[in-house]
Amino acid sequence: MTDTGEPHMSEHRKFDFKKQHFAGEEGRLIPLLQRAQETDGYITRERIAEIHAQCGIPLAQIYGVATFYAQFRLHPVGKNLIRVCHGTACHVSGANDITKAIEDTLGVCNGETTPDRLFTIETVSCLGCCSLAPVIMVNHTTHGNLTEKEVKKVLKQYQKAAIGEVQ
Amino acid sequence: MKILVGLGTCGIAAGAEKTYQALENVREAGTATFELEKTGCIGMCYREPLVEIRSDDGSRVQYGNVSADKVERLLSEHVAQGKTIEDWLVWADDGRGTERAYFSHQTRIVLRNCGKINPESLEDYLAADGYKALRQVLQQNDPDALIAAIVDSGLRGRGGAGFLTGMKWRFTRLAEGDRKFIICNADEGDPGAFMDRSVLESDPHSVLEGMAIGAFAIGAHDGYIYVRAEYPKAIERLNIAIAQAEAAGFLGDDVCGTGFCFHVKLKEGAGAFVCGEETALMASIEGRRGMPRMRPPFPATKGLWECPTSINNVETFANVPWIVLNGAKSFAAIGTANSKGTKVFAMAGKIKRGGLVEVPMGISIHDIVFDVCGGIKQDKKFKTVQMGGPSGGFIPAELQDTVIDYESINKTGAIMGSGGLVVMDETTCMVDVTRFFLEFTQRESCGKCTFCRVGTKRMLEVLTRICNGEGREGDVDLLEHLAQLVKNTSLCGLGQTAPNPVLTAIKYFRSEFEAHIANKRCPAHQCKPLLTYTILDSCVGCLLCAKVCPTKAITGELKKVHVLDQSKCTHCGECHKACRVDAIAVY
Repeated sequence: MTDTGEPHMSEHRKFDFKKQHFAGEEGRLIPLLQRAQETDGYITRERIAEIHAQCGIPLAQIYGVATFYAQFRLHPVGKNLIRVCHGTACHVSGANDITKAIEDTLGVCNGETTPDRLFTIETVSCLGCCSLAPVIMVNHTTHGNLTEKEVKKVLKQYQKAAIGEVQ
Repeated sequence: MKILVGLGTCGIAAGAEKTYQALENVREAGTATFELEKTGCIGMCYREPLVEIRSDDGSRVQYGNVSADKVERLLSEHVAQGKTIEDWLVWADDGRGTERAYFSHQTRIVLRNCGKINPESLEDYLAADGYKALRQVLQQNDPDALIAAIVDSGLRGRGGAGFLTGMKWRFTRLAEGDRKFIICNADEGDPGAFMDRSVLESDPHSVLEGMAIGAFAIGAHDGYIYVRAEYPKAIERLNIAIAQAEAAGFLGDDVCGTGFCFHVKLKEGAGAFVCGEETALMASIEGRRGMPRMRPPFPATKGLWECPTSINNVETFANVPWIVLNGAKSFAAIGTANSKGTKVFAMAGKIKRGGLVEVPMGISIHDIVFDVCGGIKQDKKFKTVQMGGPSGGFIPAELQDTVIDYESINKTGAIMGSGGLVVMDETTCMVDVTRFFLEFTQRESCGKCTFCRVGTKRMLEVLTRICNGEGREGDVDLLEHLAQLVKNTSLCGLGQTAPNPVLTAIKYFRSEFEAHIANKRCPAHQCKPLLTYTILDSCVGCLLCAKVCPTKAITGELKKVHVLDQSKCTHCGECHKACRVDAIAVY
């Protein structure tokens, strides 16, 4: 994954991790990291330091867990996260062509973020909508039965929406 | 009159929320009177969005592909005039409808409430005999008799391995320990499988009830549901269901007023396929990297935080209340000698009716593919089904009479698995799909065992070079050799089964591998580096292909047959896609 620069948070709001409802609970590291990612969009170094300082979990363990699971990101993502499903059904229905169409349209490769920070492309194992294959998920919306043409239309919608917001 | 809109993930992806909103707008405006209700997934993903109309006399009519723009006609014809819209009709309880065959071959136990009740309503679940089994079990207060009944029913774990559920519970009950746990494995990671998602989205209470019954059987007071983070809708509905069950006293310190204490917590997975393996799953709940460990000790004796733990799958739990209410005998009456009850399959791939089906054990693969699911898309040639995901294997069309039964499936080299059944036709390249599975297991290998970590990597390299037309003589033997090594030297199910797709593909489709290696040809026309494109005489000379060719390999004049320079061709296939008269041949 390309590093797209420094975190773009306006300001770093400190968390009180001890006050989270799962504080003190056994096995709380993963929920803590999930909460951190939900807030910042990815796991920042500052959050890792906070978790370490407040909960006494060794840094080695935090980094170990954060890099083991596919869900956790150590880099910021674009405004719209595109998850391209590469499950079995999507694969036999042409998921590779869909990925290529997205890459061609946006000019960046899988795993990267566009320079305008509008899109990040990510490959996922299976979104569980196999009968609508091939499928992509943009943020929380699933788009199914795609063709290369269709997927370009979908991207255009998000591009238009972004332009609308700027104006 | 009541209108139900199916709002599972598939339905929502197909636009069901817009349909629901359109109906809601009309209802609020007061121009038509009807009750509006959400429901889960009935399984016909191929006809989503689905809308059911329940008349006051109880008769039911289901319409398919009801996008928001069709709401107006639905209201003006069916709701206002009581006229059935024949061309959208999928199924009606009076026997009409084009899709009756889809249901008539099914036996619905696990999916009994899916698509019928509102998954966010406890009242709906109670009206469908919900929590009756739990009450009964607690009143009888005889965990040993309960376990005996589950053993007698013959229920085997639906997560893939097929261990007798009752036995697992018995071992956990007998294990020594003050604190015990019950875990619901909802980390459905197999690509191509979505049964558990659908059950959790459509009938979450049945899983909670099954868990509570299991907890009582083994003597656990704490339960965890480990669910994939990729299933936001399932998580949302489970949270609602847990809160409702706690408020109504079906979970908590005093379940049904009997003094039995049982609490359930939801744990979201963080995207690691290996966490579907039970010891890795427990490591993940404990907040560590999800890596498996040696067994024994089995979780039944030393599980979560070293306490005796029973881990069962979503579908297994959903079966439990039905067995308690209907008796072990009625369950054991369904199926074959060693595989009892039903199995839910997620049908996907090149199939006409893709979705969820629940069929009795003992039905043949042919009957599922053709009778229940209507056969292959565009009536192409049926080639194979892939069962059990990356841990499973291929069953070729010649063996389509194989019946669904743990042992029969194992004999073919595939496994029952969790229930993903991906159908493939003549356009699927077996080498390419095999590489796809290996790519998956290679990426998901946790790295603990050497052969799983390195061996799968080497296998993937061999498969990749075969797909690229660089296969060498002896590669097939090398793959088989590596496959055995990885199988024999891996700690957990992931590594032990990762070579299955390769082994079954070679077993049944060896000639395809050889065509790639010796003749540098891909018979299914999928591996691009092996394809040759030629322009036929039927070319009308429109210049379209020349325009899209990225390397300018195609030249020609308007209205004259074009020429393709093979030395410049990169096999990208753009010309083939662009041609409107099918004048570019691929072989």
